[in-house]
Amino acid sequence: MNAAVIREGDSFGGGAAAGGRVLTPGVDVSHKTILYLEDISVSFDGFKALNRLSLDIDNGELRCIIGPNGAGKTTMMDVVTGKTRPDSGSVFFGQTIDVAKLTEAEIAHAGIGRKFQKPTVFEQHSVFENLELAMKTDKRVRASLTARLDSAQRDRIAETLDLIHLAGDADRAAGLLSHGQKQWLEIGMLLMQEPRLLLLDEPVAGMTDEETERTGELCKALAGKHSVIVVEHDMDFVAGIARKVTVLHEGSVLAEGSMGEVQNDERVIEVYLGR
Amino acid sequence: MGPLAAGIGRLYGRRGWSVLAACAAILFLLFPLANLVLPKGSLFYISDYTIALTGKIMCYAIVAVAMDLIWGYTGILSLGHGLFFALGGYAMGMYLMRMIGREGQYQSELPDFMVFLDWKAYPWYWSFTDQFWYAALLVVLVPGVLAFVFGFFAFRSRIKGVYFSIITQALTFAFMLLFFRNDTGFGGNNGFTDFKRILGLPIATSETRMALFMLSGAVLIATLLAARFIVASKFGRVLTAIRDAESRVMFSGYNPVHYKLAIWTLSAVICGIAGALYVPQVGIINPSEMSPANSIEIAIWVAVGGRGSLVGAILGAGIVNFAKSWFTVAFPEYWLFFLGLLFILVTLYLPRGVVGAFDQVRRRWRERRPVPAARRSAA
Repeated sequence: MNAAVIREGDSFGGGAAAGGRVLTPGVDVSHKTILYLEDISVSFDGFKALNRLSLDIDNGELRCIIGPNGAGKTTMMDVVTGKTRPDSGSVFFGQTIDVAKLTEAEIAHAGIGRKFQKPTVFEQHSVFENLELAMKTDKRVRASLTARLDSAQRDRIAETLDLIHLAGDADRAAGLLSHGQKQWLEIGMLLMQEPRLLLLDEPVAGMTDEETERTGELCKALAGKHSVIVVEHDMDFVAGIARKVTVLHEGSVLAEGSMGEVQNDERVIEVYLGR
Repeated sequence: MGPLAAGIGRLYGRRGWSVLAACAAILFLLFPLANLVLPKGSLFYISDYTIALTGKIMCYAIVAVAMDLIWGYTGILSLGHGLFFALGGYAMGMYLMRMIGREGQYQSELPDFMVFLDWKAYPWYWSFTDQFWYAALLVVLVPGVLAFVFGFFAFRSRIKGVYFSIITQALTFAFMLLFFRNDTGFGGNNGFTDFKRILGLPIATSETRMALFMLSGAVLIATLLAARFIVASKFGRVLTAIRDAESRVMFSGYNPVHYKLAIWTLSAVICGIAGALYVPQVGIINPSEMSPANSIEIAIWVAVGGRGSLVGAILGAGIVNFAKSWFTVAFPEYWLFFLGLLFILVTLYLPRGVVGAFDQVRRRWRERRPVPAARRSAA
């Protein structure tokens, strides 16, 4: 059993628990860094998806990660959220939480939220219920048998519904939403989890221009309160929101800096445009 | 009890409760009156045969509700639920065998099959089975512990979908082979039969049968309400979410293994209780109850009635089994063909079962009438 050692100090939620094990949530960001990836390697049948990848994300930062297909962007997210275990290297969430020792549910509960490439919502549940299920609370079996929403929780759901422009669709089945609305619902679900770190995998895929713009605004608004990592192919979108961009190539960092810097980096141009 | 009573009150609407009350009145007033009080020649007399058949089918309906919880709501198709039913039945059967006393063929302390095997004493696992409370404990514990241990390893290893179904099928098959062996100590292929008494009462009288019938009805209603409570709770919404998008559940901070294990074990325990009610009513339990075909039939009941509605499971168990009892008398050799045909037709034309078809008809009928334009307000 993996008891996570988490330092007191950072006030974050109540003493809730995930996966039956009681964790005291609290991410130690005393060194200003919320996520450390160090020397991560992952290979699938000999193919090196990540090759000694090292990456730090600052607390409250909005970081965009770009790179050609197969650069390892999604694999990196899989490693951070516990879906894939690295062959070597370490992942730390704050100073103290060793992600490699936690299950997916425990990582989510510790404060890492993830949006998938393909929007994944509970299609048979109403929009309201989707947010209710995602909400940060005691998520153990026994607690959920008797759980009832109090008025503060209802207010939080209502706020999120407004934020993601779905207040009028609260009672509709999530499966009936448009692709872009599902993307927003999924982001709303992440916010209900009150994560410290948000991983957004292609958040504007399939969105209209207007929706894309609104999503960009949302990402910018989220940074600061949360740390946000955006993986995106849409360069205009990235240019619109990016402060710091990391370019991945063949499983490791190729370049890092402002959008202007990486766009003028010769190696990046080479990778993207070919020789 | 206040909040709990209020919570139960919310499980169904006014119409739902009325239908339930009407069913309860039929089960607990009409059937006993028509069977025990009316003379045999009366037009409204209900025969012991009908009571026994209905009682048996109610036990099946309990199993169907348990199946709906795990398959309809959680999306885990078990093809081994007959095993849990049979184990509950065997646990009750052990008690009933002990109650035969010296009235068996060989007039021995031991059941006939043990005398036949030349055993001199009860094996250790038969100890205390002459105590009803202990047998009742076994009814719950044996299926429960087996399901928990099996489920723990299966769910932890993330065995899903058709792989899980096949393993459950193999599990029940393995137990059937085990119980077919005479040396296992459960009567081999003959199983247990020729019961005489239960709780000191003669088992074959109309009164005892009626008591078992009413008890089955009460357990069925209690199971339905408990299941309804579960699926209407947040726990139930998590189960459905696991069915539809398990990874999202996991990344939302829930541990699906715990949820699956809880509902899986509960489902198995409910089956065990149903089996324990079934055995004294039909008067026999043998390893054929563990045959893979029996477990598949349970899934067919739920599919016919409609997955994910609970009431559909009960309807499906009723429709298929009444049809079976009529068919196996009228055209005994065609029953399996009919069952196969029924399953194909339901899959093709009623994907949501009888309940789904009924809903569709009702919705169409409603659409024809003008609907007030007021929109439902957000919850």
